[in-house]
Amino acid sequence: MASMVEIEKELEEDFALFDDWEGKYDYLIGLGKDLPLIDDKYKTDEYIVRGCQSRVWLHAANNGDFVFYSADSDAIITKGLVALLVKVLNGQKAEEIAHADLSFIDRIGLKEHLSPNRSNGLVSMIKQMKLYALALTKH
Amino acid sequence: MVTTKEISTSLSASVDWKKVREDFPILKREVNGKPLVYLDNAASSQKPKQVIDAIVHYYSHYNANVHRGVHTLSQEGTHAFEASRLLVKEFINASKTEEVIFTKGTTGAINLLAYSWGRKYIQEGDEILISQLEHHSNIVPWQMLCEGKKATLKIVPINEKGELIWDKFLQLLSDKTKLISVAHISNALGPVNPVKNIIQEAHQRNILVHIDGAQAAPHQKIDVQDMDCDFYTFSGHKMCGPTGIGILYGKEKWLEEMPPFEGGGEMIKTVSFEKTIYNDLPFKFEAGTPHIEGAIVLGDAIKYLTGIGLENISKREHELLHLATKELNSLDGIRLIGTAAEKSSVLSFLVGDIHPFDMGTILDKMGVAVRTGHHCCQPLMAWFDIPGTVRASFSFYNNENDIDRLIEAVKKAIKMLS
Repeated sequence: MASMVEIEKELEEDFALFDDWEGKYDYLIGLGKDLPLIDDKYKTDEYIVRGCQSRVWLHAANNGDFVFYSADSDAIITKGLVALLVKVLNGQKAEEIAHADLSFIDRIGLKEHLSPNRSNGLVSMIKQMKLYALALTKH
Repeated sequence: MVTTKEISTSLSASVDWKKVREDFPILKREVNGKPLVYLDNAASSQKPKQVIDAIVHYYSHYNANVHRGVHTLSQEGTHAFEASRLLVKEFINASKTEEVIFTKGTTGAINLLAYSWGRKYIQEGDEILISQLEHHSNIVPWQMLCEGKKATLKIVPINEKGELIWDKFLQLLSDKTKLISVAHISNALGPVNPVKNIIQEAHQRNILVHIDGAQAAPHQKIDVQDMDCDFYTFSGHKMCGPTGIGILYGKEKWLEEMPPFEGGGEMIKTVSFEKTIYNDLPFKFEAGTPHIEGAIVLGDAIKYLTGIGLENISKREHELLHLATKELNSLDGIRLIGTAAEKSSVLSFLVGDIHPFDMGTILDKMGVAVRTGHHCCQPLMAWFDIPGTVRASFSFYNNENDIDRLIEAVKKAIKMLS
């Protein structure tokens, strides 16, 4: 399993191939298609990430110390964003996820999604993923 | 014989709209490398340089606390503050300046009303009537009041065009109804409600009416006496003025009877530890140091708007709305939400199954600012069973090029998101 830093670096390189926003967004939307989809039974209010303008459902499970996420969204850019996070965090140690830096999002040119704006769900998604990881470390 | 339509056409044509646009410095900036197209006017309007300059002028020349000092600055500030109240009075054709209360905004004004009027007059079992179209600001304060008083909030339903269903409205009126609180214009969809008819029906039954004018005051001539509403509320920032300032208009007889909302300085005549005598209108409702700059500069915003003419503004915005509606309708998969016969310059839409958030994100990348989401109208979105809409809202300083850019951006978004 590659480390978070390695995966982030790979993503940065992938996004760097596009010199305009259209390419980056097309690629991001494409990432959403590879997202490990959440089981329909978890597509309930309980698993909704609060603070997103679109609906995002997120589920986490662990295998020992390692955390595995599945998710879905009704908006395809949002789905790409959550896929981006899942790609980096999936299969990592709960402890490491809880302390993950994730500033690579800024570096790949998606900074606007990190603004503390209520219409923006990425910050909420990160918080929720870390909370799941934290909860798992305590069990 | 000259028709009304011809008169208004010639009025609108007589304004140099290109020159008007030049008044707004922010419209010259770029967003994401493209000239800004600002179509989020229903959320907040941009400010002309006359208003921006007035803010600088206030702080550079007569900043001091109002209604207190005997010194010159305080007197000049107080004069400007009260002169602005007079401008507001004329802007809405209130009969007296005592009927004009400065608040933080529409939300602040409605909360004042719900707290002060509501606590005094609403009793257990009473009913307050709002509509399906309301902004959360015209839902939640009444909900809070009803919860506390064991009163009931009743909802006037709408049809699929976003218009109030008149028969249902009449059916909901009863001797338990104490207040009707409805938007003049819906922020999410744009329909203009038949407020005059609503008020007539209400008054025949001794029911008071509050009109939420946040979306109307910037776009059309408001005449509270002609309308005969009991209360009218609106915000400065949606009408080229500063944020943090708004107005509660109330008929003097109701405001006189209402208890103060907040206690503090300014709202008192005399204070002793045994008893406080409250100040007269309008100061009774203006506790503490007010938003002096905001109130004064709201006057400058009013001067700016009336200088162009509300009729001209209304006419121009309808031209833009009609053009944008036509252009947008020519695209495949467009679904307009809110197609009322009488409509303000708000265009709410969805395209195919594209999520509004996705559309808004791509539009932003194209330099086009629109609002996406539920527009603080979750019950309304639930009624349409949609997650939200994309809302383009026009102001008189927008132009045909803005509409071209919107259409171009929507086409690009459709291509990327389908």
